Amino acid sequence: MATDIAEPAADGAPATNAHLLLDDRIWLLRAMLLMRGLEERAMTLYRQGKVPGSFYDGCGQEAVSAGAAFAMGRRDRLCILHRDLAAHLIRGVSPARVLGQYLGRDTGVTRGRDGNVHFGDRHLGCVGMVSMLPDMMLVATGMAMAFKLRGERRCAMTWFGDGSTSRGDFHEAMNWAGVQRLPVVFVLENNQYAYSTPLDKQFAVDPVERAAAYGFVGLTVDGNDVEAVFEAARAARERALDGGGPTLIEAVTMRMHGHAAHDDMKYVPKEQVEEWRKRDPIDRQEARLREAGVDVESVRASVQAEIDAATEEALAAPMPDPASAVDGLFCEGEAEPLGDGQAPWSGFRSEQPDDSGTTRSGEAGLRAGGVPEESV
Amino acid sequence: MATLTYLQAISAALRDELRSDERVLLMGEDIGVFGGAFKVTDGFVAEFGSDRVMDTPLAESGIIGTAVGAAVVGMRPVCEMQFADFISCGFDQLVNVAGKMHYRQGLAVPITVRLPSGGGFSGGPFHSQNPEAWFMHSPGIKVVAPSSAEDAKGLLHAAIHDPNPVCFMEHKHLYRRVKGEVPDGIFETPFSARVARPGSDLVVIAYGAMVHTALEATEDLDGASVEVLDLRSLVPLDEEAILDSVERCSKVVIVDEANSTCAAGAQVAAVIAERGFESLDGPVVRVAAADVPIPFSPPLEQAVLPSVDRVREACRELLAY
Repeated sequence: MATDIAEPAADGAPATNAHLLLDDRIWLLRAMLLMRGLEERAMTLYRQGKVPGSFYDGCGQEAVSAGAAFAMGRRDRLCILHRDLAAHLIRGVSPARVLGQYLGRDTGVTRGRDGNVHFGDRHLGCVGMVSMLPDMMLVATGMAMAFKLRGERRCAMTWFGDGSTSRGDFHEAMNWAGVQRLPVVFVLENNQYAYSTPLDKQFAVDPVERAAAYGFVGLTVDGNDVEAVFEAARAARERALDGGGPTLIEAVTMRMHGHAAHDDMKYVPKEQVEEWRKRDPIDRQEARLREAGVDVESVRASVQAEIDAATEEALAAPMPDPASAVDGLFCEGEAEPLGDGQAPWSGFRSEQPDDSGTTRSGEAGLRAGGVPEESV
Repeated sequence: MATLTYLQAISAALRDELRSDERVLLMGEDIGVFGGAFKVTDGFVAEFGSDRVMDTPLAESGIIGTAVGAAVVGMRPVCEMQFADFISCGFDQLVNVAGKMHYRQGLAVPITVRLPSGGGFSGGPFHSQNPEAWFMHSPGIKVVAPSSAEDAKGLLHAAIHDPNPVCFMEHKHLYRRVKGEVPDGIFETPFSARVARPGSDLVVIAYGAMVHTALEATEDLDGASVEVLDLRSLVPLDEEAILDSVERCSKVVIVDEANSTCAAGAQVAAVIAERGFESLDGPVVRVAAADVPIPFSPPLEQAVLPSVDRVREACRELLAY
């Protein structure tokens, strides 16, 4: 199968945004603004000594998680990476819980058991990443395997970085998904550096070209164009639901901050950062929306108010009780599968229930008299 | 009741689960058409199809990782490692993804990983290991190790029904060597110890194949009354049963087929030292494999693995203490 390289238009805009209404395009901007604003706020709290450990952000990469997650249906499932906060926000995690997570509070998504963006709200169909990258590629592949076995029109999505492509789990997941032709979307977030290691020390062949070797479509998209990322993810999901198998989307972007708060990025040439700053994903979406007559300043103001309120709420939240540190290692009751997330894209409103990922009746029929599948 | 070998009991448990619960899915290398390296799933494809008795790519990390993904969307995967040794290739997915999931985010991972383990047949360094202690040291994973056909079936049912990751250590050397009466239908054996033979002068604590070594070694030990405690479950570890036996017998020999350092038996010894010291009438004695890879050639392998003679000698010495 030939590798399909999508050519962005000269100005970086997608060839079409026929699938996005104006409300959707504002949603995408809001998600990116909220991600950047929350991460900036968290960095301030980190510098004030209020965020324990270290702090990692996705500045400059907001379009990748916002655009891709926006294409996912309620009953699709996501394994989200640490520079992809917008995906959590789109699925419905509240800003106060995100900040509570960073602050190690009892109200954070993991209730203080894990830090940073190492979280996934199981009630919203998301699994939190582990630091061993890209382990979650296999988890997403397994979700897709279950969907296919049960004949459900659903898909799984996961994100991973350029450095991840060097590890065996990348190969195992790509191969497995290709062999079984699974409904999974792999989003390779190429942000130019794995910690300090540049691409030319990571691989000899652009990983997107490897997709063809595993028997499925690989394509490159401008990772700083949120609408282009959305469109690539939407088409990949459609292909997955129609039995067309996996897609590898390489979203080309740039990590504009260090690997973590301590990293001054000395290893990155200044010109490279300056060049990418001109392609800021938020600036680009704002310019588009201004042209469409949207009052961008009021969107910004409402996001800022939301962040301020969330900060207040998170800082007022209690720390976890030390006596609870050994609780919850094992599940003591019934295993409850992942729940459904929010899916705000307007396209899900106009389509058949099936297309938001609802199981077709009669096909999920598992375990007579028992729990057939995930609770709706 | 039916008389089944240990292997037939495992097969029967898997067959019963596949028949009664459509969420159950078997995954592994060569388990489909070929029926598995040890023929545990022989004939399964004909009854259940190749989707539910899945021949996977040769990728242990892939097997565990995709099983986790399937489990969190409602399946009950049962993974077969062709040999327990190969779990090292899936270690990360089991320890970091599966084991930590519920603690971190409250998400249950109901997977069972079958690990054909143990030596005694010249399998060499990569087909003879007993890696259970790796997982005892990794929070969030249960570990069970049956010694009888009945427990093999009952523990496997319980493992598959458990909402957590469970390592099911099935001893290859017992597959066709051990036979016994097994109740019909689905039943669960609790994750707790059982007294394999009651006694009062000394207790030998073991699990898996070493239960049989212990029974044989102490069957006629100069008239001494020797108890054999079969742990059956290593996580959770039945500390109360261990302490009961120690209190009754006052002398303890702990047998591991695994390499000695930090083995399951070392943890049992620690429990006794911490909580059973007052009951002891002699030092806690351990018999385990030397800390070397399990060698291939029969005289070397026999020198490394705990034998009936070594266990008998250890018991005699302790009885005379």
